[in-house]
Amino acid sequence: MTAPLHDTGPADAGAAPVTDGLPAKAIEGRSPWRIAWTRLKRDKFALAGGVVVLLLILVAILAPVIVGLLGHPPNEYHEELIDPLSSTPKAAWGGINSDFLFGAEPVNGRDVFSRVVYGARVSLLVAFLAAVVAVVIGTVFGIVAGYFGGWVDAVVSRVMDLLLAFPQLLFIIALVSVVPNSLWGLTGSGVRMAVLIAVIGFFGWPYVGRIVRGQTLSLREREYVEAARSLGAGRLYILFRELLPNLVAPITVYATLMIPTNVLTEAALSFLGAGVKPPTASWGQMLSKAVTTYEGDPMFMIIPGLAIFVTVLAFNLFGDGVRDALDPKGSR
Amino acid sequence: MTIPAQPAPEATEPLLKVEGLVKHFPIVKGLLRRQTGAVRAVDGLDFDVRAGETLGVVGESGCGKSTMGRLITRLLEPTAGKIEFEGRDITHLGVAGMRPMRRDVQMIFQDPYSSLNPRHTVGTIVGAPFRLQGITPEGGVKKEVQRLLELVGLNPEHYNRYPHEFSGGQRQRIGIARALALKPRLVVADEPVSALDVSIQAQVVNLLDDLQEELGLTYVIIAHDLSVIRHVSDRIAVMYLGKIVELADRTSLYERPMHPYTTALLSAVPVPDPGRRVKRERILLKGDVPSPISPPAGCRFHTRCWKATEVCRTDEPRLLAPRAGHQVACHHPENAPGTPEPVTEGAGA
Ligand SMILES: Nc1ncnc2c1ncn2[C@@H]1O[C@H](COP(=O)(O)OP(=O)(O)OP(=O)(O)O)[C@@H](O)[C@H]1O
Ligand code: SF4
Ligand SMILES: [Mg+2]
Repeated sequence: MTAPLHDTGPADAGAAPVTDGLPAKAIEGRSPWRIAWTRLKRDKFALAGGVVVLLLILVAILAPVIVGLLGHPPNEYHEELIDPLSSTPKAAWGGINSDFLFGAEPVNGRDVFSRVVYGARVSLLVAFLAAVVAVVIGTVFGIVAGYFGGWVDAVVSRVMDLLLAFPQLLFIIALVSVVPNSLWGLTGSGVRMAVLIAVIGFFGWPYVGRIVRGQTLSLREREYVEAARSLGAGRLYILFRELLPNLVAPITVYATLMIPTNVLTEAALSFLGAGVKPPTASWGQMLSKAVTTYEGDPMFMIIPGLAIFVTVLAFNLFGDGVRDALDPKGSR
Repeated sequence: MTIPAQPAPEATEPLLKVEGLVKHFPIVKGLLRRQTGAVRAVDGLDFDVRAGETLGVVGESGCGKSTMGRLITRLLEPTAGKIEFEGRDITHLGVAGMRPMRRDVQMIFQDPYSSLNPRHTVGTIVGAPFRLQGITPEGGVKKEVQRLLELVGLNPEHYNRYPHEFSGGQRQRIGIARALALKPRLVVADEPVSALDVSIQAQVVNLLDDLQEELGLTYVIIAHDLSVIRHVSDRIAVMYLGKIVELADRTSLYERPMHPYTTALLSAVPVPDPGRRVKRERILLKGDVPSPISPPAGCRFHTRCWKATEVCRTDEPRLLAPRAGHQVACHHPENAPGTPEPVTEGAGA
């Protein structure tokens, strides 16, 4: 190069970056995650949701301890509490008292509190693991479809359309009726839970897949991908080092928002008798039992209903907060 | 700065040699992905880049400049033609075959917001070349990255920061540091300043200029108008619809443009010397750039050229050199030898 440009002084190119301004205060960078966390902390609803989510997880993990301290074994009958004529608890409010915190179950008098606590285990475990299954399958297929494009994308996209149009509830009910009693080394309720996780996760992956595919399609056009290629990066490097870190945020958001949907699906399936097997407690199953006695004992319907409601609401509030924190402009 | 003595053009073998370079992007339709046509983004380029020089490439949006840049850095696979780097044919090298070449040929990108991964720190971004090439620089990656940051005028302490904490100009400097990490021979800069504020453009261009001197770089700088590369290019190639229409030394091109399209582009450049403004009337091109899917027959510029004649509509003009070091593809070139010299001569760039 030869001649100078008209309008620059000597302090130009080699100088410190005062040129286009940025105070040189904290040298440690604020990572996008750290910024999201700062934003999340300011969101009261999301925080409240997050606290409830944490409590629910603790309750599920510590179920035996909590029940040991505050309840009765979940399958222990207390028929003495039940009015034999109506089959509902003798005491008012569904038998709620300091001994039976959430009252007693109609017919056999089991401790509703203990069953709700153990029900959280089933509900959260199925919802979490199904979300994990959906995220893993969805991410792999979404990234592959989006990055490679062409016929790979065409095939994956059609399969996703197909699955999204599938009547999954009916399919699961039909499937559960033919699943053997022991499978993959599991028995009884374990088999049912494994089947629920696999099937809910399987029908959930196209939702994740579509989002990941769309994001990958737009991310692969970014110049930093070209920059990596111009440095000699191969496909795996680009997929895992350049693209995946940018997909973690949308995937996290979607997974958080998927959990409440899964909680509802699990409850619906249990309600319809396709969930875990009795006597294992689950919220949907309690609701379906409550249907026969709700006139005499509305509390038995309200309590598992509330458990589902609070869980779904808490996850949704938290998930929305995470989404806003990671994506303040709502650019999706 | 002074204008250095012009190196004898034929003295050295070109660093990069391009022959008949073509890139067509197929247009596919429907589920069966049948090809229904092609975008003829680059349609037969011949040029070379000499060691140590700066070749400016200009042309309107969509004329294939970026495609050309991505072809010579082998980010795209050419449809036809030949690319030689230091005499070695790199036209069809794969990812693995290109990897060692990547050290010598680097690219600076147009958009400082999309060229840096928002999830990586500056240290990771500028250090990536070493990791990808499996090189450990003297004193370690971190030290070398900090040296590079300093070289491009950034605070080396900002090693752990993320791209979003920098302004556009600073981000472009990060991109430059990354491109220079492996001490390349050839740097292709695709509109390196067009996304920046006008006030910052000059700083970045000057930085590139200084770095060229310091590191002995060869540049191909792409721009969409002549004003940005006016002072930094030794030679300038003018592109129109996938073809080079004129290629000449800077002085020759600015003072005696031969192609009507170049004349039109030049007329749009603000002239700093008010005395010369009188001489150069603003030429407004009529009509739009034709589609590169079905470019006009004959001379591709004939739909907009005020000098077009019958021959222009049928015969494609070849890139010839009516004057030494000045190539043009036009049947009726302006300022051709034999025609009177223009009055504006001698004012310097
Ligand atoms: N990957 C691609 N697939 C299909 N068409 C493409 C692709 N890349 C570029 N094109 C087309 O090729 C032509 C030339 O594009 P290119 O980006 O090289 O132009 P350009 O001169 O760099 O323009 P600009 O000044 O807007 O950057 C355009 O018509 C563009 O639409
Ligand atoms: S060949 Fe004809 S149409 Fe093309 S630029 Fe020259 S005069 Fe114009
Ligand atoms: Mg471009």
